[in-house]
Amino acid sequence: MTAPMTRDARRADTTEARLAAIDLPTGGFTAPARAEALARLGTMGLPARRDEYWRWTDPAKLNAEQPEAGAAFRVDRPIFEGRDKLRLVFEDGVFDAAASDDPVLAGVEIARLSEADRADIHWAKAQYGALEASGQTPVARPFAALNTAAATEGVLIRVTGKAARPLHISYRQSEKTSDVILHHVVRIEEGAELTLLETGTPGARSNVVMEVDVARGARFHHIRPQGRATDRVMVTHLFARVAEDATFKSFTLTTNGKFTRNEAVIEVAGDGATAHIAGAALGDGEDGPFHHDDTVFIDHGAVGCESRQVFKKVLKHGATGVFQGKILVRPGAQKTDGYQISQSLLLDDDSQFLAKPELEIYADDVKCSHGSTTGAIDETALFYLRSRGVPEADAKALLILSFLADAIAEIEDEDLAGDVVARLEDWLARRRG
Amino acid sequence: MLEIKNLHVELEEEGKPILKGVNLTVEAGKVHAIMGPNGSGKSTLSYVLSGRDGYAVTEGSATLDGEELLEMEPEERAAAGLFLAFQYPVEIPGVGNMTFLRTAVNAQRKARGEEELSAGEFLKVVREKAKTLKIDAEMLKRPVNVGFSGGEKKRNEILQMAMLEPRMCILDETDSGLDVDAMKLVAEGVNALRDPGRAFLVITHYQRLLDHIKPDVVHIMADGRIVKTGGPELALEVERNGYADILAEIA
Repeated sequence: MTAPMTRDARRADTTEARLAAIDLPTGGFTAPARAEALARLGTMGLPARRDEYWRWTDPAKLNAEQPEAGAAFRVDRPIFEGRDKLRLVFEDGVFDAAASDDPVLAGVEIARLSEADRADIHWAKAQYGALEASGQTPVARPFAALNTAAATEGVLIRVTGKAARPLHISYRQSEKTSDVILHHVVRIEEGAELTLLETGTPGARSNVVMEVDVARGARFHHIRPQGRATDRVMVTHLFARVAEDATFKSFTLTTNGKFTRNEAVIEVAGDGATAHIAGAALGDGEDGPFHHDDTVFIDHGAVGCESRQVFKKVLKHGATGVFQGKILVRPGAQKTDGYQISQSLLLDDDSQFLAKPELEIYADDVKCSHGSTTGAIDETALFYLRSRGVPEADAKALLILSFLADAIAEIEDEDLAGDVVARLEDWLARRRG
Repeated sequence: MLEIKNLHVELEEEGKPILKGVNLTVEAGKVHAIMGPNGSGKSTLSYVLSGRDGYAVTEGSATLDGEELLEMEPEERAAAGLFLAFQYPVEIPGVGNMTFLRTAVNAQRKARGEEELSAGEFLKVVREKAKTLKIDAEMLKRPVNVGFSGGEKKRNEILQMAMLEPRMCILDETDSGLDVDAMKLVAEGVNALRDPGRAFLVITHYQRLLDHIKPDVVHIMADGRIVKTGGPELALEVERNGYADILAEIA
C-alpha cells in the first residue's frame, strides 16, 4: 500500500513530468538565463487549483504533458491585411520565411531567437529572462519561467529610431497537436518608437512570453488580436518595464478560445512614465467552451506616473470571464494616477464573470481608482435604437460595440482601431444567423 | 392616419391599469396635442404606440394607415413610419452620432425595400438638415447624446426625425428641460417638417410649446382616458385655470 502523495510532492511530480516532455535547449547566449529559469521553476513548481491566482482558472490544460488536439482555425480574412507593415509569420511556432517579409526596417534590428542563440554574445543577452525573473514576485508565474527555460524560437527586436511602419508577428496553426513555446524580447531605445502587431493563434497549445523594455522617452504600442480559434489553449505573459517619460500601450482582442490566460506584469519604473493595458474578450459558449482570464499586475515605483487598465468581456452561453488586476504603489511613488476598470456584459444568465481588483498603496499623494461591474444589455438603450428602426440583433451588436468602446479607444492608430472594430462587427454578425 | 380605439393597457409586472379606453384619431397633415396632469398616462400612450416592453395591451387597437401597430416589433413600427421623440433621449457611449443615424436610416430603407444611402449621399443630407437645427460637425461626430446638454439632446431627436422622415411623429414632452431659445429652435425644426402627408402628436404638460408648434386639435387626458377635445383655445384654458376646472367639469 502506498501512502497518499503530499500536495508538494504532487506539484513536483507534475512539474517534472511536464519538463520531461520538453526537449530543453542548451548552449547559446541564453544558456545562463535558461538555467536560472529552470531553477526558479523547480522551486515554485507548476500551479495548482488551490493557488490563490489559479482558483478561477484551472491550469490542468497547461500542466498536461501533451496538448489536447485542437482544430486549427482557417484564416479567411486576416486582420490588418492591406496595412503597410513588416510581417513575420510563424506556423505552429516555426518561422515561415516564404510567407514573411524581408526583416529590414530602418531603425529596427530584427533577429530570430533560433538563429541568434547560436552566438554567445547578443544585445538581448542581458534582457532575455530578466523581466520575467523580476516579474515572479510577489506572485509566481510558473509558465513564464517554463517558457524562458524551454523556448527555442521568438523574435528579438531592438528599436533605435522611429519605426516607419508596424512590425507584425503573425501566428498560424496547421497541426492539431502543435505545442508552441515562443519568447520575444523587445527593447525600445531612448526616444525610439514601435508599433507591434501580434495576431493569431500560434498552436494547439501556446505559451508566449514577451519582454518589453521601454527606455526613456520611448514609445511602444502593442495590438494583439489573438485569433478566432475555438480550440485555442493559450497562456501569454507580457512583461514590461517603462522608463522615465516613456509610454507603453497594449491592447488585446480575444474572440473565442476554450482557454486563454493573458498575464501582464508592468513595472512603471521611471518618473513621468505612462502604461496603458486594455483587453476586449468575447465568448459565446455555443461556438464551444470559452474561458478567458486576464491577470494584471501594475507596479508603480516612480513619481508622477499614469497607469490605466481597461478590461471588457462579453459573455454568452456559459462563457466564463476572469479578471485579476492589481495596482501596487510603492513607497515614494507619489503623484501616481492609477486607474482600473473591469466590466462584463452578460448576454444571458448562464455566463459568469469573476473579478478580483486589488489596490496596495504605500504612498500618500496618489490618485487610484478601480471599479468592476457586471451587467446586461441596457433595455432602454435597446428600445431607443429599435424605435429608430434598427433591428434587434443589429441594435444589440451596436450596444456591444458601445460597451467595448473604452477598451478599443486605447488603440491610438485610427486605421488599426478600425480594423479591430471591423473584426468585432464580423464576429457579431456571424452570431446573428 | 393614426387611429386608436378603446385602448386599454396595464403595467405588465404589476397588472396596474394605466390606459383605460383611449380613443383618438389623428388625420394626415394635422397637429394634435395631448395635455394632462402627471400620471394621466400620456407618456405610457407614447411608449405603447412605439412598442416599448413592460406594457400589456388588454383591449383595443392602434393602427397606422390601417395597419395594426400593436402587433409589430418597435423597428417594424419605425419602418412603417412611426417616430417617437423621447422625453429622455438615451446616451450611447462609443457609437458616433453619424454612425447611429446612418444605421437607422439605412435599416428603415432596407426594411421598406429601398436602396441604402451611400456614405456620400448620406453625409450631404445630414449636413444640410443639421445646419438648420444648429447642430455642428462636432456634435455629429460625438457619441450619441453623450455629454449633450438638454437642448442638444432634443435637437438631436428632431434631427433624427428629419432624417428618418416618418409620417407619424410623436413628441413626448419635448419641451421639458428646455429654455425659451432652445424650445424655439426645436419648434422651428418641427414646423419645418409639417407637411400634408405627415401628422404630429405633441404630448406636453404646458401650453408654452404650443405657442410655437400650433396644434389643430387639443386633447385633455386624465386617468387613462381622453376626457375633453377641443381647438387651440383648450390649451389656453389649461394655461389660465389649470386642469382642476376641466376635470371638475367632466366629473
